[in-house]
Amino acid sequence: MREPRRRLQGLPGLYAVTMRTAVQVQFQYRTANYAYMLGMIAEPVIYLVVWSTVARSQGGAVEGITVGEFAAYYIVWTLVRNMNIVFTPYGWEGRIRQGELSGMLVRPVHPIHYDLAYFAGWKFVVILLWLPIAAALTLIFRPTFDISLLEIGVFLIAIWGAYLIRSMLLWVLGMVTFWTTRVSALYDMYFTAELLLSGRLLPLALLPGWAATVADVLPFKYTFGYPIEVIAGDLSTRELFIGLAMQVLWVAVGALLVAVVWRFGVRRYSAVGN
Amino acid sequence: MGRRMGLAWTFLRVGALNELQYRVNFFLSLVQSVVAVGTALVVLALVFSHTDSLGGWSSDELLVIMGVYVLMGGLIRSVIQPNMQQLMEDVQEGTLDYVLTKPEDAQLLVSVRRFGLWQAVDIVVGLLLVAVALVRIGDPVSVWSVLAFVLTLILGGLDIYCFWLILTTSAFVVVRVDFLIELFDGMYQAGRWPVTIYPGWLRIGFTFLVPLAFAVTVPASALTGRLSGWLLLGAAAFTVGLLVLTRWVWRQGLRRYAGASA
Repeated sequence: MREPRRRLQGLPGLYAVTMRTAVQVQFQYRTANYAYMLGMIAEPVIYLVVWSTVARSQGGAVEGITVGEFAAYYIVWTLVRNMNIVFTPYGWEGRIRQGELSGMLVRPVHPIHYDLAYFAGWKFVVILLWLPIAAALTLIFRPTFDISLLEIGVFLIAIWGAYLIRSMLLWVLGMVTFWTTRVSALYDMYFTAELLLSGRLLPLALLPGWAATVADVLPFKYTFGYPIEVIAGDLSTRELFIGLAMQVLWVAVGALLVAVVWRFGVRRYSAVGN
Repeated sequence: MGRRMGLAWTFLRVGALNELQYRVNFFLSLVQSVVAVGTALVVLALVFSHTDSLGGWSSDELLVIMGVYVLMGGLIRSVIQPNMQQLMEDVQEGTLDYVLTKPEDAQLLVSVRRFGLWQAVDIVVGLLLVAVALVRIGDPVSVWSVLAFVLTLILGGLDIYCFWLILTTSAFVVVRVDFLIELFDGMYQAGRWPVTIYPGWLRIGFTFLVPLAFAVTVPASALTGRLSGWLLLGAAAFTVGLLVLTRWVWRQGLRRYAGASA
């Protein structure tokens, strides 16, 4: 008799199954996924055009960043942005109001694991769909890349670090809904700060000195600017590893915040329906 | 014609009255608008900390563009988009029957049914931005350029309306078109900047496919002494052509509408 296939147990098993489900579900919606990804391209292309125009009018470079390097930055941007899509804090209102959380509460693991696993699985579909987009953008905008093997290795870790940090921070932000549903102004503020100080809008080297210093001590940079610059910038080996260390730090902070806020928040939850 | 204007006005009033029930939303819209404009100003400051002009526009002139962009965005979100979203839903659910059975032109009806009063906050904010920018530029603004501004603004608004209606009409064929809103929002962002900075193929796209040039850059040109008579004439001709095309596409689309258990 054949030995039954060994199944993964516990948390790794949960992740494996949830991720596989996500891949299958999202692959069914590949057209919708694609339309969504195409819609997202407008943003970096606009930034790229603006900064290329500035660079050309300044004799080819701004703060040492050339037109080709801007192109590289915003093309890598499109992948990092996709890695950055996690469960939205706006989704918490639905989870709480419609009692979706009740089902998650009776399961024996912390509910964040489902979100982490599901969106992580989805990423594999996204990366596959992203490849042709990247190829097209590369043909159109002619980026200049100078990549080492080490940088590729660090990048492959850093995009997942970015994913973890943003997942957890937005989870914490979403949990504010346990206390109040008037959250849109707070979220607006958060996303604006993120836009300006993460490297999403522009490479952080273009910020005034004091703002760049602020960006250094905030988590946003490690979800956007840092992973992009690993590939598209020229960071020294030391800077590459300091970045990874900062990601580890922010993952730890994020996990702590999720644990603490969840403990107090979930006490305020009273299920409705479901 | 007069009766139709009256009809549109009635819809507008009812829409406004409806929204007046939810006054807190005014403040939400205002906060959103202020945050958005604040961000845009920061971006403008960042760009101009590295250069003196962008594609031939100074920072104050770009502020005019941004004002028009915000204004037009308010117009889209209060008048155009709500109607088109309603139309998409009606096509999906088959409730468009109720519009088609009314004794009035269906295209007119689907275009004036909704009005988002609070989203119109952006129209005021945009006008304020334009005014501030003009004061900062300091050149006297002639009556003619104000008239040209209003005219090009109306033409631009019509262009965007046509573009939206053509897009939405595709709902008759493919049914699920919600992502179009996402797609349009993404592309509309490009209007923040003068279309002249975009590389050739994109500039043509933003002029004729997504008429951002006519909606934002041209009205802003009217106020900053960049508008020639020919350009004005071109904008008018383009709008007329687009209106005719839209009418035709709408009729084709309606033919494919089969209703669905409404």
